[in-house]
Amino acid sequence: MAAGDAPTGSELTRLSAAEIAAAVASGDVSAVEVTQAHLDRIVAVDPDVHAFLHVAGIGALAAAEGVDRKRAAGEPLGPLAGVPLALKDVMTTADMPTTCGSKILEGWRPPYDATVTKRLRAAGVVILGKTNMDEFAMGSSTENSAYGPSHNPWDLTRIPGGSSGGSSAAVAAYEAPLAIGTDTGGSIRQPAAVCGIVGMKPTYGGSSRYGLVAFASSLDTPGPLARTVLDAALLHEVMSGHDPCDSTSVDAPVPPVVAAARHADVSGLRVGVVTEFSGGGSQTGVQARFTEAVELLESLGAKVVEVSCPHFTYALPAYYLIAPSECSSNLARFDAMRYGLRVGDDGVRSADEVMALTREAGFGPEVKRRIMLGTYALSSGYYDAYYGKAQQVRTRITQDFEAAFEQVDVLVSPTTPTTAFPLGERADDPMAMYLADLFTIPSDLAGNAAISVPCGLAPEDGLPVGLQIMAPALADDRAYRVAAAVEAALEQRWGGPLLAQAKELREQAGETR
Amino acid sequence: MSITRDEVAHLARLSRLALTDAELDHFAGQLDQIIGAVARVQEVAAEGIPPMTHAVPVANVFRDDVEVPCLTPEQALSGAPAAEQSRFRVPRILTED
Repeated sequence: MAAGDAPTGSELTRLSAAEIAAAVASGDVSAVEVTQAHLDRIVAVDPDVHAFLHVAGIGALAAAEGVDRKRAAGEPLGPLAGVPLALKDVMTTADMPTTCGSKILEGWRPPYDATVTKRLRAAGVVILGKTNMDEFAMGSSTENSAYGPSHNPWDLTRIPGGSSGGSSAAVAAYEAPLAIGTDTGGSIRQPAAVCGIVGMKPTYGGSSRYGLVAFASSLDTPGPLARTVLDAALLHEVMSGHDPCDSTSVDAPVPPVVAAARHADVSGLRVGVVTEFSGGGSQTGVQARFTEAVELLESLGAKVVEVSCPHFTYALPAYYLIAPSECSSNLARFDAMRYGLRVGDDGVRSADEVMALTREAGFGPEVKRRIMLGTYALSSGYYDAYYGKAQQVRTRITQDFEAAFEQVDVLVSPTTPTTAFPLGERADDPMAMYLADLFTIPSDLAGNAAISVPCGLAPEDGLPVGLQIMAPALADDRAYRVAAAVEAALEQRWGGPLLAQAKELREQAGETR
Repeated sequence: MSITRDEVAHLARLSRLALTDAELDHFAGQLDQIIGAVARVQEVAAEGIPPMTHAVPVANVFRDDVEVPCLTPEQALSGAPAAEQSRFRVPRILTED
């Protein structure tokens, strides 16, 4: 925008969260105008993208009015006041349904807000609605949603990633500058990578799980998605911090992520390329862009070395024992008794029968597979060989990280082995689908911090590639610092953000919901 | 074959999933493939390696014993499939025999 010209209408949807917050704070635009522009954009493109399961237009405009009133009254505004956001439908919201992409929770209105939801509201962030996801966050494509898949804004015939695929699609389609996702095996970073945006998995315990419908409690981590590294950091800061309601919440200050995103300097930083993730196994164009990103880091003054993490190749099998085991226990709560779906309660059938019929009708195939897999891994006779062994592998992977971080400050790899694959291609091939998380899982198992930042397009298909930067636990700021340096250098090379290279989505006329 | 169709049927019963015959056929093959793949964890030398249950080693997290607001009965029952007299109404839990 030209200096002095306040952006209007659809221009507002192209601004970063930082720009929107500044424009709202200065009075150049009102939070209501910004919110309306994004609601209009949702009406225009979401029939094709299907990022949202629920749009809360009235509530969003009311929240925006609240921000405008505060500003008019001269009250202090938070750093993201008046900025619209898309919230993954796994976070409870007292004024909106929370379905987790499942039929078993269709129409469920939780009686309370998640801590993350509460913090967003308190900061004046405007929640536009709830985004689509793989059922209970199990998947890498949103195809496991009971409400149909979301579509990648770069190519509507392809997956937007998952499980936070509604969130990544919303941000990439300019329906919201910010979104919340959750990462259990890569569910923030992989969708961010395939949609050409930024996604951060904070250190486990850095962001609260209270009100996050549990999938695998020892892994689930909420985090930000955004179009810029700075925006992700601003959201990270607003949503994070100790929460007494979550006993695994880290009681320590939030790392200085915003300062790090502004201090985009890697000179002297030691960067480790993970040997096990940099050989074959990735799509040619993914490998090419990754190699270029490493060379770029070197040219920016980083000292690049190769580091072997021998147990990382066992992360995927360990994860697909640990996560299903925890899921089989966590999802036992969907018992048709206290909330959600109930099927077959005819006055004759027992609670046990009603439970089995309800879970049969309410859960999709991937959730059923994982519940049974977890039940198997935890069974007596198999426990030591599967779940017990997987927990030892988890220790080994964490030890690999510890040894690596003695030699280097951060580790890098491609975020995901391929670009966005076509919808339907892996829908009924669980093992092929699981491979999408090959590079992201180690950081989930170890609980450290990892970010995905766009690093170009694969020449063979013109689709985005993500660079993953992994940092030690509680060194989230270090991941931001590297990501910001890569972003700044690449945008200079490209002449603008990567997303500007995506073709415009068709806009449809319609009424604001 | 690491897992049989009968074993999958047993897992489904333990998991309270009233699977159809078609689902049992389908899942048996898929679970067999998945279990075969995840069994790779057994290749890792783990003698004397402690199991890791959690990313952050925290134990015994206490808070002050202070009353905080909680859900009202109406809120707690707001999502119930069936409720009666401020209680969840559930199907019978005991059998005749």
